[in-house]
Amino acid sequence: MTAFRRVEALWGFAFVLPAVLGLVIFQLGPVLASLYLSFTSYDIVSPPKWIGLANYQRMFAEDLLYRKSLGVTTYYSLLSIPLSLVVAYLIALLMNQRVRGIAVYRTLWYLPSLVPATVNGVLWLWLLNRDFGPVNYFLRLVGLPAPAWLSDPNWTIPSLVLVHLWAVGNSILIFLAGLQGVPQHLYEAAEVDGATWWDKLRHVTLPMTSSIVFFNLVIGIIQSFQVFALVYTLYTPSPTEATSAGPENAALVYVMYLYRNAFQNFRNGYASAMAWVLLLIIMALTLVVFRTQGRWVYYEATRRK
Amino acid sequence: MSAATRALPRARTGPRLRLRTPLTHLVLGVGGFLMMVPFFWLLSSSLKQPQEIFRLPPVFIPSTFRWENYYEVLFDQPFPRLVRNTLIVTVSATVGQVLTSSMAAYGFARLRFPGRDVLFGGILATLMLPYAVTLIPVYVMFKNLGWIGTFLPLIVPFWFGGGAFNIFLLRQFFLAIPNELDEAALMDGASFPTIFARIVLPLSVPALVVVLIFSFLFHWNDFLAPVIYLNNINLWTVAIGILGLKGALGTRDTTHLMMAMSTLMLLPIVAIFFVAQRAFIQGIVLTGLKG
Repeated sequence: MTAFRRVEALWGFAFVLPAVLGLVIFQLGPVLASLYLSFTSYDIVSPPKWIGLANYQRMFAEDLLYRKSLGVTTYYSLLSIPLSLVVAYLIALLMNQRVRGIAVYRTLWYLPSLVPATVNGVLWLWLLNRDFGPVNYFLRLVGLPAPAWLSDPNWTIPSLVLVHLWAVGNSILIFLAGLQGVPQHLYEAAEVDGATWWDKLRHVTLPMTSSIVFFNLVIGIIQSFQVFALVYTLYTPSPTEATSAGPENAALVYVMYLYRNAFQNFRNGYASAMAWVLLLIIMALTLVVFRTQGRWVYYEATRRK
Repeated sequence: MSAATRALPRARTGPRLRLRTPLTHLVLGVGGFLMMVPFFWLLSSSLKQPQEIFRLPPVFIPSTFRWENYYEVLFDQPFPRLVRNTLIVTVSATVGQVLTSSMAAYGFARLRFPGRDVLFGGILATLMLPYAVTLIPVYVMFKNLGWIGTFLPLIVPFWFGGGAFNIFLLRQFFLAIPNELDEAALMDGASFPTIFARIVLPLSVPALVVVLIFSFLFHWNDFLAPVIYLNNINLWTVAIGILGLKGALGTRDTTHLMMAMSTLMLLPIVAIFFVAQRAFIQGIVLTGLKG
């Protein structure tokens, strides 16, 4: 049997070998390398020069654009994360009612989240065009003010959030699956006790789906702090030209500024420092959310698997 | 709630509102219609005359459908080249992704070896890693290998495990396959690769389809890696080629063509969704519930 065990272990290593090599070559190694690079000045052409904490100092003490990118990303996250969670949850609640044609509604709400960033960029540039776009046409038709959307610095981030909300279908499906997993007998028990729909929502549905809300909140934080493709596709004239981040850099999200430093200004040491701070920010936020979960996330004693 | 309503058999309903049905239809219907408007606009713009794009009030249904837009896009460069490039990358990377992630998942799910759980934990941890943190060192590595301006940086990394999420998803699936099947096969003298290829994979087709679809879509849509690595216009993929048209030719003459290209880029995605809706929804739900 020991000989067999040895064969099994050997094959085990063989099967996971590509994945483990990938972990080392494309994840672990680069993470450590970027930590090292963050203490250097590095233009790729000449070898990295050790400059200690200078990159970090510049980032926090001097670089106004860095501060701007941090602000833009925070604003975008504060707007888009709660909005998409609330909208997705409400729509999923409605879809969980037993009404006719749910499959059609589900498809309609889901389809936009399939649209790639490139198409989003081309499409929404026209939809939100100040003069020729259909969105403003309708707004004017009903007498509402028609903002310049993507070309007005004050409307830039709300425009991005709007495009993001269009693709909320993914979260809807996840919430819907969670809602459908709530055991029916809990509702029946609540009804016997004379619970109203609000009582049931508050005391059955929300607690029973809170772990999914929690998980989607964590994912939302991770994703919105790394938003990049949409800004690029909406604003940059062509992949052969310098990136643009909208009027007055109003859409200068964190990763866009990082990308500029790395691939346009060849400040790879500085960009690496930015990347590590981003990692720390995301880890800290995730940790905070995890810490609070005891207060609002309900786990069944034996979680269903 | 009356006894009668309670007695009605109804599965999977949450809290209910009086008036709920008309209200539900109203919100879901109007919202669903609004969700479709951008698609409609895309399609209609792709069939417009160039000058109709800039007309006020906006033209919703073109006076004549200009199918030549599609003809031009499909038969004139660069679009056919963009599609060819995208397919080369997408197919090569997807094959590697499905193959190596299912291998890793098999190892982690069904074979015993020292350090297994630590390695699996390490791979899972990468799910939390922002992509920006590995971007620069990986770029430097590919630059030193002389791979900038080739498809290799878009393909090779996906032959190394195919991503933590795919491994996780397949592992979950493999764990559910009864162990007796492996044991019986081992008794009959089958080797582990045989068990993997003849028993585990054939029983896991639904999960493999999910991984296949999501890998395909990822590479078809991928935007960041082509922007960074494909500095040669002849190698551009659809995702960045459409954007290239934005600046290269001047917006006025190309918008209707960009809309046609965008529609064509969207077409296989939507087709896959409708053909494999079940696998699709399963995949999304798995990402959200178990991640």
